[in-house]
Amino acid sequence: MPSLLFCGPKLAACGIVLSIWGVVMLSMLGIFFSAKSAVLIEDVPFTEEDIRDDKSPPQNIYGLYNQVGINCFIAAAIYVGVGAVSLCQVRLNKRQEYMVT
Amino acid sequence: MSSLFRSEEMCLVQLFFQTESAHNCISELGHLGLVQFKDLNPGVTTFQRRFVKEVKKCEEMERILRYLEKEMVKSNIVIAATKEKEMVPCARDVLELESTFEKLERELREINRNHATLRQNLVELMDIDSLLRMTEYFFEEAESLLTYSEPPSEDSVSMTVSSHITSRRNSNSSTSGALHLSFIAGVIKQERFPAFEKVLWRLFHGNFVLRHAEIQATEELQAVRGAVKKDVFIIFVQGGRVREKIRKVCEGFRASLYSCPKTLYERKQMSNSVMTQMQDLRMILRRTEEYRASVLTRAAEHVQEWSSKVKKMKAIYYTLNLCNIDITQKLIVAEIWCPVSDLAIVQNALIKGSEQSGSSVTPVLNRIQTQQTPPTFNRTNTFTEGFQTIIDAYGVGTYQEINPAPCTIVTFPFLFAVMFGDCGHGLVMTLFAVWVISQAESFRKWKNEVTDVLIGGRYIILLMGMFSIYTGLIYNDCFSKSFNIFGSSWCVRPMFHPHGPWQNETLQEYNHLQLNPFVPGVYSGDPYVFGIDPVWNIASNKLSFLNSFKMKMSVILGVSHMLFGVSLSLVNFVHFRKFQAIFLQFVPQLIFMLSLFGYLIFLILYKWCITLRSETAPSILLLFINMMLFDYQSEHLLLYGGQKGLQIFLVLTAVLMVPVLLLVKPFLIYRTRMKTRHQVLGNNLNDQHGTDTRSSFSHHQSDEMVSMGDIFVYQAIHTVEFCLGCISNTASYLRLWALSLAHAELSEVLWRMVLQVGLKISSGMGSLMLVVLFAAFAVLTVTILLVMEGLSAFLHALRLHWVEFQNKFYEGSGYKFAPLSFDSLLKTQQ
Repeated sequence: MPSLLFCGPKLAACGIVLSIWGVVMLSMLGIFFSAKSAVLIEDVPFTEEDIRDDKSPPQNIYGLYNQVGINCFIAAAIYVGVGAVSLCQVRLNKRQEYMVT
Repeated sequence: MSSLFRSEEMCLVQLFFQTESAHNCISELGHLGLVQFKDLNPGVTTFQRRFVKEVKKCEEMERILRYLEKEMVKSNIVIAATKEKEMVPCARDVLELESTFEKLERELREINRNHATLRQNLVELMDIDSLLRMTEYFFEEAESLLTYSEPPSEDSVSMTVSSHITSRRNSNSSTSGALHLSFIAGVIKQERFPAFEKVLWRLFHGNFVLRHAEIQATEELQAVRGAVKKDVFIIFVQGGRVREKIRKVCEGFRASLYSCPKTLYERKQMSNSVMTQMQDLRMILRRTEEYRASVLTRAAEHVQEWSSKVKKMKAIYYTLNLCNIDITQKLIVAEIWCPVSDLAIVQNALIKGSEQSGSSVTPVLNRIQTQQTPPTFNRTNTFTEGFQTIIDAYGVGTYQEINPAPCTIVTFPFLFAVMFGDCGHGLVMTLFAVWVISQAESFRKWKNEVTDVLIGGRYIILLMGMFSIYTGLIYNDCFSKSFNIFGSSWCVRPMFHPHGPWQNETLQEYNHLQLNPFVPGVYSGDPYVFGIDPVWNIASNKLSFLNSFKMKMSVILGVSHMLFGVSLSLVNFVHFRKFQAIFLQFVPQLIFMLSLFGYLIFLILYKWCITLRSETAPSILLLFINMMLFDYQSEHLLLYGGQKGLQIFLVLTAVLMVPVLLLVKPFLIYRTRMKTRHQVLGNNLNDQHGTDTRSSFSHHQSDEMVSMGDIFVYQAIHTVEFCLGCISNTASYLRLWALSLAHAELSEVLWRMVLQVGLKISSGMGSLMLVVLFAAFAVLTVTILLVMEGLSAFLHALRLHWVEFQNKFYEGSGYKFAPLSFDSLLKTQQ
């Protein structure tokens, strides 16, 4: 089985830090988007038509909010995966270091 | 009093100890790290001191140790670290150590020399070997040349064995039968070969046959010789004189020549003998390397211990050089600076040292009074050490002056946080600091300058991060977004019909609409509970509000900081009993600052507290300028009744303080001088005043050095510096506003240009783009906002402390206490 190790110890450590930060921040963003926070209005991709042609305002905007929130949660889930991969790399690096010395 | 508020009280102590116990006593003191030895022989150069030979010996031993360490690193031998506290050897053990070291060094050098020679021999033998192998073909060719009557073709022949042979035409080859061709064979560096060829051609015009081939670079060859490429060559010539010339040319090109036997049989024999010789040499080389490794490994176990022993001995001899040895050579006198509170500990250490050396006489401690200024010693622990370092970087405090470090522990991170103000970034910084603190020991091993600075400042960074979270909550800024924890005080709905003026059409017509707080319901009347209202984050005129707020806040913080600095000078005056200075310097300075800038703060706070219509509210800056210019035209609105009278009074008071600061103190000095001069001239030898006259006379004598003109000038400079400095320093504090604005704007731009792009994609690829863009956002946040802005805010907060705060009270003209401490010695030199 070829070696599963493809990044050095420093890159793997950075990967872990980045994924932890990503998971925490993106999941919190997802929660805030689902809670329809007004402060995040600039980040929601609405257009003039959404506001004007809305049959039952503000459901269009709320739908967009939910979409962005789900995107954030999916991104957080991807970062969980990245974090798991980095953790494996860190463990493999430690094992290799242990075996060489 | 032993605290961080003031530097420790120090005393000058004379030590007397016996020569035999000197080593042990000084080593005990060195382990304590609490005394600083004064140089009792200042006029003596380094080479004339008594123990200079011993110091040289120690340095020689250090050199040998360094050589040993280098050799160990080269052969990849691990140096074991020792942790026990080694006993410092006395003078006898020094000789023993010295001889051990010298023996080791000699041995190692000899081994290395032999190794080099053996290697050289091996290289030569290898060359001969390859020469013999490759010239076989040449000899065959040469013999065939002799038998043929026609010259061979001009085509270059390439062999399947990857050696490239070029044939040289022998233009004048006379191929009569009895040709006697002699040859010269050797090895030359490949890069030199073309030049070699050309020279030979020029000299001999082709009266020779030259063959060459590249030596195969086997792995062993490369290990032994390195990556130098060499060629084997063989030259066939006629005649003895030509041979000599060619030999000289070869020597000029540093080609090594080897004698090659003529017949095939002899060549085979030579080849065999070379093989066996090479085998032997290889074995000898291996044995030499093993022996060397064993010598080094044995030494590696002790090298760390030896090195620290030698360093300690050198420090002890250096200290002994500072002491006085008396005539009988039995007694050593030393003068040390020592904190008063530690005298008992020092005494105990000396007793322990003299007991160890087995001498019967305990060392004598004798505290003496002195006029010299003692060194400044601030007792710090790991937490306060970082802050003390940044204060000392500007100037070590004068002896027993108040130490700004305790206040700096709070004000420095706070001023940093005012400029940094983002709870998200503050949180990242705090977590980073916690990680550095937990891993501090393992970081110290890296021995990088940057990491050393980082480790030294880890508690500072922790505090900066925690304070930044606090100011981030006040500015309501987290990665440029606000939290709405308590419910905003502003509401948009009441602006619409029927409460307010807006209709549905208003939304279509205008791009920007302003919420009117006077419409009932829009502003709830109670401000947001903690911090800036989150509605400002989505307002387009956010900056107009925040700028005004932050500028006024910076002025308030600045004036408070400076007033605090001035009041610290009061503490200094009380401690040094300069009561005159309190009334001549502290009080006028305080009144000046309070009447002008204290009043400015009052105006700011008053304007914040009352209700005004924004169209008609007077600008504080204009009010202040008009106050200074005494400009009270009726169309300028005032904030409250009686303002005109109060302002005139305050300005006049402030202006009155300037001549007080400028003239009163020099005038008083002048009057005291006149008085003492009359007293001395009047020959008043009354015993009651005897000491007074004598002291004032001596004082007067020392004062005569400073003339009255100088005193006036000095006082004028001081006054101008303070008064103009008040204004410029207050304005300087506006950098608190400027940097926090820059940070907030950078943070917002980063969000909008990086993360928002990912958030706004609503399709399925949105999450993947978000993942990538978030990584970019994180990297840019760390590099630009945390590192760059952090360093910038750190620097500006430091400058505010060093200049604007400390020039109100800090003298900083002391010298640092540098005790003899083995711990710091070993730490710095490692």
